[in-house]
Amino acid sequence: MAEQYKIAIVGSGPAGLSAAAHAAELGVSHVLLEASEQISNTIFRYQKGKFVMAEPSVLPLRAPLEFTAANRETVLELWNKGIKFHNVGIRYQAEVTGIEARTDGFDLRLKNGETVQAEAVVLGIGLQGNIRKLGVSGEDLPQVQYQLDDPREYDGETIIVVGAGDAGIENAVALAEQNTVIIINRKDEFDRVKEGNLNLILQHIKDGKIECYYSTQVGRMEATPDAEKPMVAVLNTANGEAHVPCDRLIARLGAIPPRRFVEACSIEFPNNDPAAVPSVSATYESNVKGLYIVGALAGYPLIKQALNQGYEVVEFILGHDLEPADEPLLREKFKNLKQRPSVTEALAMIQGNCPLLAGITTLQLREFMLDSEVRTPREGETIFAIDDYTDTFYTILDGEVQVQVHRDDHRQRITLRRGQFFGEMSLISGRRRSATVLAGPGCVLIETPRRSMTKLIKSAEPVKRVIDEVFLLRAVQSQLAPNTPVEHLTELVKSARVERFAAGAVLFQEGDDADCLQLVRSGSLTAARTLGGREVVLSYIPAGNYVGEMALLGESKRNATVRAAVATETIRLDGEAFKTLLERDATLREQVEAKYQQRLAQNVRMEDSPETGNVISFLVQQGLGEASDVLLIDEALCVRCNNCESACAETHDGTSRLNREAGPTYASVHVPTSCRHCEHPHCMKDCPPDAIHRAGNGEVYIADNCIGCGNCQRNCPYGVIQMAAKPDSKPGLLAWLLFGAGPGPGQAKKQQGKKADGGALQKHAVKCDMCRDLPGGPSCVRACPTGAAIRVSPEDFMSFTNLAG
Amino acid sequence: MHQAFLVYNRFRYLKLALLMVIAAVTAYVWHKPAGLPNGGTWLGYTLGTVGALLILWLMWLGVRKRRYRSTLGTVEGWTSAHVYLGLALLVIATLHTGFRFGLNIHTLAYALMVAVILSGIYGVYAYMRYPGLMTENRRAKALDALLGEIAELDRECRDAALTLNDEINRAVLHSSEDTQLGGSMWRQLSGHDPHCATAEALQRVQESAKHTPPALAAPTRRLVVLLNRKSELLARARKDIQYKAYMDIWLYVHVPLSFALLAALIAHIVSEFIYW
Repeated sequence: MAEQYKIAIVGSGPAGLSAAAHAAELGVSHVLLEASEQISNTIFRYQKGKFVMAEPSVLPLRAPLEFTAANRETVLELWNKGIKFHNVGIRYQAEVTGIEARTDGFDLRLKNGETVQAEAVVLGIGLQGNIRKLGVSGEDLPQVQYQLDDPREYDGETIIVVGAGDAGIENAVALAEQNTVIIINRKDEFDRVKEGNLNLILQHIKDGKIECYYSTQVGRMEATPDAEKPMVAVLNTANGEAHVPCDRLIARLGAIPPRRFVEACSIEFPNNDPAAVPSVSATYESNVKGLYIVGALAGYPLIKQALNQGYEVVEFILGHDLEPADEPLLREKFKNLKQRPSVTEALAMIQGNCPLLAGITTLQLREFMLDSEVRTPREGETIFAIDDYTDTFYTILDGEVQVQVHRDDHRQRITLRRGQFFGEMSLISGRRRSATVLAGPGCVLIETPRRSMTKLIKSAEPVKRVIDEVFLLRAVQSQLAPNTPVEHLTELVKSARVERFAAGAVLFQEGDDADCLQLVRSGSLTAARTLGGREVVLSYIPAGNYVGEMALLGESKRNATVRAAVATETIRLDGEAFKTLLERDATLREQVEAKYQQRLAQNVRMEDSPETGNVISFLVQQGLGEASDVLLIDEALCVRCNNCESACAETHDGTSRLNREAGPTYASVHVPTSCRHCEHPHCMKDCPPDAIHRAGNGEVYIADNCIGCGNCQRNCPYGVIQMAAKPDSKPGLLAWLLFGAGPGPGQAKKQQGKKADGGALQKHAVKCDMCRDLPGGPSCVRACPTGAAIRVSPEDFMSFTNLAG
Repeated sequence: MHQAFLVYNRFRYLKLALLMVIAAVTAYVWHKPAGLPNGGTWLGYTLGTVGALLILWLMWLGVRKRRYRSTLGTVEGWTSAHVYLGLALLVIATLHTGFRFGLNIHTLAYALMVAVILSGIYGVYAYMRYPGLMTENRRAKALDALLGEIAELDRECRDAALTLNDEINRAVLHSSEDTQLGGSMWRQLSGHDPHCATAEALQRVQESAKHTPPALAAPTRRLVVLLNRKSELLARARKDIQYKAYMDIWLYVHVPLSFALLAALIAHIVSEFIYW
């Protein structure tokens, strides 16, 4: 007979722990099933002494467990004490392999074959997934490990590292200091790793410090108690089986995302996006009745949110009515509305007025509104101006707004009314605002930050579809044919479809037949032509521009090869539909013709000075195709005084966010290691407290609510984010000059910072913020005595590259 | 959109400096003082005051450069103005003297000023010439990368020497342990080291190679290649240090002499007023 409970909780992360503790507190029969040997495995695996933050600070904590910002050890100790205090029924090493719904509850199958029965199930397994094991016999031998805490722990051993990803390479290189290391690569090369790691591993292999088995997989592991080494790895290599005796095997094979397991429990995901999470109701119930999802798996990555949900979900299961923890915060948001609605009324009004948000769940809407602001601008007030670099999204809750699409003609306006939205262009292209928007009468707007909008687009298919459709029409209208009436564009827009290109992929080849026009939606392109056997780059095409009109107008073949400089999305417009439009619209024909002439002239210039093209392809290779503002140094002028670095450190708490000397050089153009303020910043991708933002002038900056998790540092492909603690303050200029007090201007200083309990420094991510708090602009450029340091945006590449000529 | 400090703002400060020089020269030619021209006439005092203020302002660059939050122009603009107004100062101060020199504190102040300006002119020359040469010499590599390659060659040399005799091993060890980059000011400026341990090692290896048994000829040759390669990289690193030294050295004259000038200037002004 299986054990029976009222509530079974799967996963002892913050959400699961809190749910179990609350159930225990209320005396409800429960069991907490944890796959590993300790609570909160994800947090347990953080590095020693890591500081855990308690964001969002505005949200009150309502869990039965204590939680404050502290280091990893303190947090875990608090929780361990908490579960003892509440007498939580926790079972360790109880991995759940399947959950089946019965008529009156659920059967939970455990890995050891047992079954647990419960009336309701709370799933709080997070998104980290289970560590991927070798999947061969011997995968659980004592010397086979799936993690490496301290490489210096091992000395003089023969160690096999399996896995050719960044983690495997970093482990192998660190272990090679004191051990004989063999790395096993399933493929015949190292791909999908950071460039630094790639160079590192290839150098180590070349130097003979690490032996590499390419195209090899581990067949099985055998213990050899009588031999010199404790075990032998049997490897399936390209040339047959190889037996390698070793002391230790470290497998770094990543984790299995929990999605398949979750789907096997009949829980539905909204789409196939790998980042998608299942949608849940306002009471955290999934599409399976009685099966609840909390924490990161429900789309709430922050510890405090998860702790609150654990408490709430138990209340909901018991049928209690509970005001959500965010209720007072939402009430505050709606207080400016004339009708003074309750939160429920306000949310209903939003869904009634805005078709875009009508289809999402109440919980999604609450979350959406929690991140958003309700604005009631006065009539005539500018909401954003053309060329602003903001990237928020606006939904019109009431009233109307006026859109000025033309840069110069302020009288031509388009009116958008209640239920419509705007701001999607910058959201999708990552570029400056393409129009000025003014508030109309009775205007009430919901302003939503980029991340919340992106999250919603990912998790709600209808929202994505509507935004994409509107984007297509508006993009064609504003970027191609601003003066053409909308009804003339219908046919062309109907022919439009979004195409995606990986970095380096070819859109069309020189000599191809021309059948389409490509409008760059995000990313950027280069156009090149082969001259005398060499490829000469003719132009750089940033998002918001189009290519391919030359061949269409000239009725000839493509005269250049167009490639994606970075991962790029284009809108492909049918060539025939475009030609028909041109026949109907003489003004448009003139405009396109003018651009055509301009390109012809430029191409001739570029063919004449191939060096300029070479500099462009160098810059594109450095990933500048996705930059919005990049620091470049003209080495013919740079006197290597490092005043730029000093200025950066002095204006930013003592840590320079740029490394002048590091980075590649071509001709006299040097690209120092410094933030490029990407159009779609990689660092923003996975920031739990949403601390990374883009400000009005385009700068991507990290706000004070950074929790120091280091995700952005890992996600940045250009290595421009550092984790740093605040150093001590420095003496004034005169005190240093006259009395030698402490380090002087621009001199190195010790980083001390506040000490967290365990002695670890409380570090935060720091990066270039383009000196957004300084009135004069970036201090690196203003501190350069010779004019060598300059900041360039992609539009200026062409003029900047004259440097090379 | 991007220009060197000499071209800054379409030569705005060159134009200003020329204007000042023309005005000063015109006034000097037009002015007919009682007796010989000197610092004591109304024009002499005017030129002297302008000159003294210029000196104070020119020295303020050292402070402005370190005021990283300042919004008072850019450092590039300040440098541009510093260069052109500093050159104008030479003319203005010379006219202030009325070409009357002697063995006194006044002429000392003038001489110090000329020395400062001359060192500054060298500085402008160095800033225009050496950055380009330095970039070319580095062949798109950072100095750290160059040093990394040298360290890597050291390791390869030691590996290559393992099968060879003790003398060669000692030479290789000498090369990897005693080779120095940088050093004294003269060493840095000279761009080479007459007692370079690597050059010595190379010589010793080549000499002992003459009586190497044929079986060991291959590793010896490999060692010679490696040491040659290292010498080449060392030469490049020393060249890099030399260029940097050329760009830095003048500041060690320019700045201390500026302070000496300031002291002499104060003495000059005070004594002028005491002996009115």
